[in-house]
Amino acid sequence: MRTLYLTFKYGAILLWSSFVALPFLWALTTSFKTANGVTGGATYIPWLQYKPSLEGWKVLVRSGGQGIDIVQPYISSIIVTLSASIISMALGTLAAYGLARFTYKVGFVKNSDITFFFISQRIMPPIVLSIPFFLMLQFLGLLDSIPGLILVYVALLLPIATWVMVDFFSNVPKEMDEMAMIDGCTPVGAFLRVVLPNSIPGIVVGGLFCIIFGWNDFFFAFTLTFTKTQLLPVAVVALNSSVTPWWSLSASALVSVAPLVIIAFVVERFLSSGNLAGAIR
Amino acid sequence: MLGLKHKHIFLLPGLIVLVAIIIFPLLFTIRVSFSSWDVVKPGLDWIGGQNYTRLFEDGRFWEALRRLSFMAVGSVLLQYALGFGLALLVWRDVLMKRFVRVLFLVPMMTTPVIMSVVWRTILHESLGPANDIVQLLGFEPVTWLSTAGMAMVSVILVETWQWTPFMFLLLLAGLLSLPRDPYMAAAIDGAGPFRTFFSVTFPLMAPISIGAIMIRLIEASKIMETIYVLTSGGPGTATETSSYYIYIRGMRDYQIGYSATLSITYLVIMIISLTIIAKILTRNIARD
Repeated sequence: MRTLYLTFKYGAILLWSSFVALPFLWALTTSFKTANGVTGGATYIPWLQYKPSLEGWKVLVRSGGQGIDIVQPYISSIIVTLSASIISMALGTLAAYGLARFTYKVGFVKNSDITFFFISQRIMPPIVLSIPFFLMLQFLGLLDSIPGLILVYVALLLPIATWVMVDFFSNVPKEMDEMAMIDGCTPVGAFLRVVLPNSIPGIVVGGLFCIIFGWNDFFFAFTLTFTKTQLLPVAVVALNSSVTPWWSLSASALVSVAPLVIIAFVVERFLSSGNLAGAIR
Repeated sequence: MLGLKHKHIFLLPGLIVLVAIIIFPLLFTIRVSFSSWDVVKPGLDWIGGQNYTRLFEDGRFWEALRRLSFMAVGSVLLQYALGFGLALLVWRDVLMKRFVRVLFLVPMMTTPVIMSVVWRTILHESLGPANDIVQLLGFEPVTWLSTAGMAMVSVILVETWQWTPFMFLLLLAGLLSLPRDPYMAAAIDGAGPFRTFFSVTFPLMAPISIGAIMIRLIEASKIMETIYVLTSGGPGTATETSSYYIYIRGMRDYQIGYSATLSITYLVIMIISLTIIAKILTRNIARD
């Protein structure tokens, strides 16, 4: 019975692991192929089944006619994602602390309604916003620019930041900031000096979620930029034409998703230490 | 301080920014939905509810909505079952625990649109490994993306690959925060693993499960990028969802007015149905 159970358990883990790993392994092997290695049908093992080449990787950093240069989109993606995440976390943490600690009342609108307003923005399908965003950025002269994208991404990430932080602060004992205020701190002082330093786990988790959703967005980057500014997902998908260079496509896909895989390690660490349960419920 | 209380210093900056960025587009979209703005005559005119009458007779929109409901509910339930199963597998002792947990989390960190492009090469009917494996197992090659039924299966397959880890994360975090006492009580009562699961773990996990399902339903209702890359809504309109149809009308045909009407209607339907689903789910746990 026990052996049967263990066989099933590790069989299932192995099966799912293979499924998870399949696209990465396939992209890895494809990235070393040339046209010959692709058009002959599916092959997997270099040297044995196809002759490996570094061409797919080399074109990534070559600019101009024969290159696709993903260096510039990479830098733009980093700038946009980090700026939007930092702004969203700053505004979101403040708002969440306010919502978790004080009572707001404007007419019939209460705290829970304001919290719901923040979170409900996630329901909004990107397509609904894309045309007005387009016109709004055009009006502000920010179309096809990094500041314009940051503005839009703040709208995208602020609900996530607030959602994570409201839950986090509701689980932090109120006594902590009350003690600080008895010691003569103003609410803002108590927040900065006592609450914030003790909220690092929540801030890290919220920040990571912002980075994941910011880095991975495609639709707004796709509809709000044209030639001057290009973000990474748009640059990679541009390769997905009728005659796709599978090798450079695979190489660029791997380079694009690599930094976020590191986040999986951080999230797991928080998960195991039990810090995540409070932060994401 | 200008009559501002301390508490407002916390809430207002975020609230003002969000309202400023969201409310204008929303009001603007509502206004545009009553205009005939298109590629021939761009600009705001007033045509009353004509777009809305057109929408009611637009079978393609309702068909896309029906398809989206099926796709979202189906794939989220599948992801929930798989995510719960995986979380249970690595909850307690397991060899290489950290490595397995990290591996299971990885897909949700990767860019959906980019991974969809990779999946498209995998599902390529003559050059991709999917059919290679299928044939190795002795089956006929599968028309992954070119027949209606299979295209739907492929989209759900890729969505499941991408988002089961998110379910897994939420549910594992939930499992790890469960109290120990009920398990001791169950062990003392001599309950087997199945009894323990159905009478202890599952009920305790109900609130977390509902939260996770709601979050995923909200995200899944926006499904768009996978479809854009894998099938472009095809073959025909076999995998066209609401977002994708609005995209076609707005960004391809430049029927800005009509696509605004579609957007607003879609948004209202989404808010109503998600609220109803949330109410039904929470009432069911309250009764248990």
